[in-house]
Amino acid sequence: MTSTTVPTPVQAAAVRESRLATSKGGRADSPLKRAIIHAALFLAALIAIVPVLRVFSVSLRPNNQLLSRDLNVIPEGATLASYGHVLFETDFPQWMFNSLLITVGTSLVGLIFAATSAYGFSRFKFPGRGVGLTALLATQLIPATMLLVPILILAIQLDLVGTYRGLVIAYSVTSVPFSIWILKGYYDTVPIELEEAARIDGCSQLEAFVRVLLPLSTPALAIVFLFNFLAAWNEFVLARVLIGSQADLFTWPLGILRFQAQFQTQWGDLAAASVLVSIPIVALFLYSSKWLINGVTLGGVKG
Amino acid sequence: MDIDRSVAALSEVLFTLAVFAVGVAILEGVLYLVLVRWLKARLALPILLIAPALLGLLALIVYPLVWELNVSFTNMSLNRLCDPGFPAGLLATCKDQPMFLGLDNYINVFTRPVLQVAGFFQVFWQTIIWTVVNVSFHVGLGLGLALLLNRRMRLKGVYRALIVLPWAIPQIVSLAVWRTELNAEFGMVNQLLALVGIGGPSWMTDPFWNFFAMIMVNVWLGVPFMMVLLLGGLQSIPGDLYEAAEIDGASSRQSFRHITLPLLRPVLVPSVILGTVWTFNNFNVPFVINQLELETSDTLVTGLFRAAFQYNRYGFAGAYAFVVFAVLLVFVIVYVRRSGALRGAHE
Repeated sequence: MTSTTVPTPVQAAAVRESRLATSKGGRADSPLKRAIIHAALFLAALIAIVPVLRVFSVSLRPNNQLLSRDLNVIPEGATLASYGHVLFETDFPQWMFNSLLITVGTSLVGLIFAATSAYGFSRFKFPGRGVGLTALLATQLIPATMLLVPILILAIQLDLVGTYRGLVIAYSVTSVPFSIWILKGYYDTVPIELEEAARIDGCSQLEAFVRVLLPLSTPALAIVFLFNFLAAWNEFVLARVLIGSQADLFTWPLGILRFQAQFQTQWGDLAAASVLVSIPIVALFLYSSKWLINGVTLGGVKG
Repeated sequence: MDIDRSVAALSEVLFTLAVFAVGVAILEGVLYLVLVRWLKARLALPILLIAPALLGLLALIVYPLVWELNVSFTNMSLNRLCDPGFPAGLLATCKDQPMFLGLDNYINVFTRPVLQVAGFFQVFWQTIIWTVVNVSFHVGLGLGLALLLNRRMRLKGVYRALIVLPWAIPQIVSLAVWRTELNAEFGMVNQLLALVGIGGPSWMTDPFWNFFAMIMVNVWLGVPFMMVLLLGGLQSIPGDLYEAAEIDGASSRQSFRHITLPLLRPVLVPSVILGTVWTFNNFNVPFVINQLELETSDTLVTGLFRAAFQYNRYGFAGAYAFVVFAVLLVFVIVYVRRSGALRGAHE
């Protein structure tokens, strides 16, 4: 057969189909291999979501069946009673409010600290710069429990235990080293000529930073905000030590663990609260996971 | 939700932030006057930029570390809650006894039980097993899934979104739920095992199965992150390379060994470092799954929490903390040196 320059529709369809089933740039997968790949991925997805479905299912159970051994996703006599109970008869909304307040405030402060410091590290050569950057990286090795005793004693001396003040200060600062690394890495990729041009046009260096570099760094700033937000939102052990045992001061992780641990698990409350806490965070993650990953590799280490 | 409580919380957070702002403004003002007006220093701007963060880190990381180091040479504890002073409680007495212990705490870390029964080396080995098994599974399964997903196929987006779920759910939620599901009688895990005719173990009291459960939960939690990270690395490898290799007659195993692995290294090496540090330092998983019950399930960091907050031996906990930190530091330095992972990071 002579070579055809214009593929017939059938051939074109065949080419599309084989491309669809091709590992990137490599050979086409056989149908058997494709089936095995789908089976493996299906199994992995199942393992990932079974506990999630289970919690969802428990959250819908009526009160008298919380400990039943039913494994259906939608239980018999499904009801939203647990949600009603968690939302209107426990401190759960208060915990969410407390967490949101602390988290948003500290993420913003941390972002401002990191954005300015990273500019200092990115655009200036000064003695101690290399040591400073390495020290920032080394702080990431410190186990969280290592600093708990000194921070608690310091907080007791300053009368900060059982308040949010200590927590706000701590959260604002602890995420700064990682944020500086991410932002410095990003600033380094922005050509310095842009700021120089702005300075020729009469900007001071600080103005060039605020008006030229910061707007260009919006994606990195967003990543850092998100990282700080998630770190503070999910933080648990420092809150446990600094807030103490007064329930209406709790952040939500302390509250969730109280549902889990107090006397015996309040299974309905725990499940409903878990679903309510998770939905916005999961949505945020699915929306932003690509950028989060870029952030890790950007701020981590270059190979 | 209580309105008064909420208003109080709001005003407290806003007040703290306002104090922050005023503090920074005063700091910057003073520095400006000294550096720019008075000294006319060339590097005034970077100092002004870095000063607030630097001060914060000094106060919240460096000062606590120095304090901890100082206390680690003393016998400070809940019963002897005196200010040891500087240096190292040499001059201080507490309840008519000197506080200074010299290196005793550091020697005791290795020679006496760090918990009630378990000694340092037992907890150390538990931590090594915990870290090695977890990181191996994270990287192995993560890479496997990433390779499977790195192709044009139907449902790719669906699989990816579902597999990422354990990473996306707030960790404390997953852990509280897993802890409950591991209940021997009512938990889902044993119910599922019963369906296939296996009598599940009592996860919370059997040392082996408790440790197994901790690892199982942490693998479940950690694989998605590693998968997404490595998938990003795989996608940055140009497809032409595989086509060229195929034309030259390379088998898929050869392409994997000679194209995929070397080009994935820049992502793989930092991932392994991050994964190791995070797993080693992971507090939440052992803490929530074991809830400080079995010493055989303690890792160095939960042991540290116990030494400090269960047994309240602050001096000893300080020494213990520095030993733990040293272990991690040595590992990272050796690994970074050998893999050259930090090359060029300072430019």
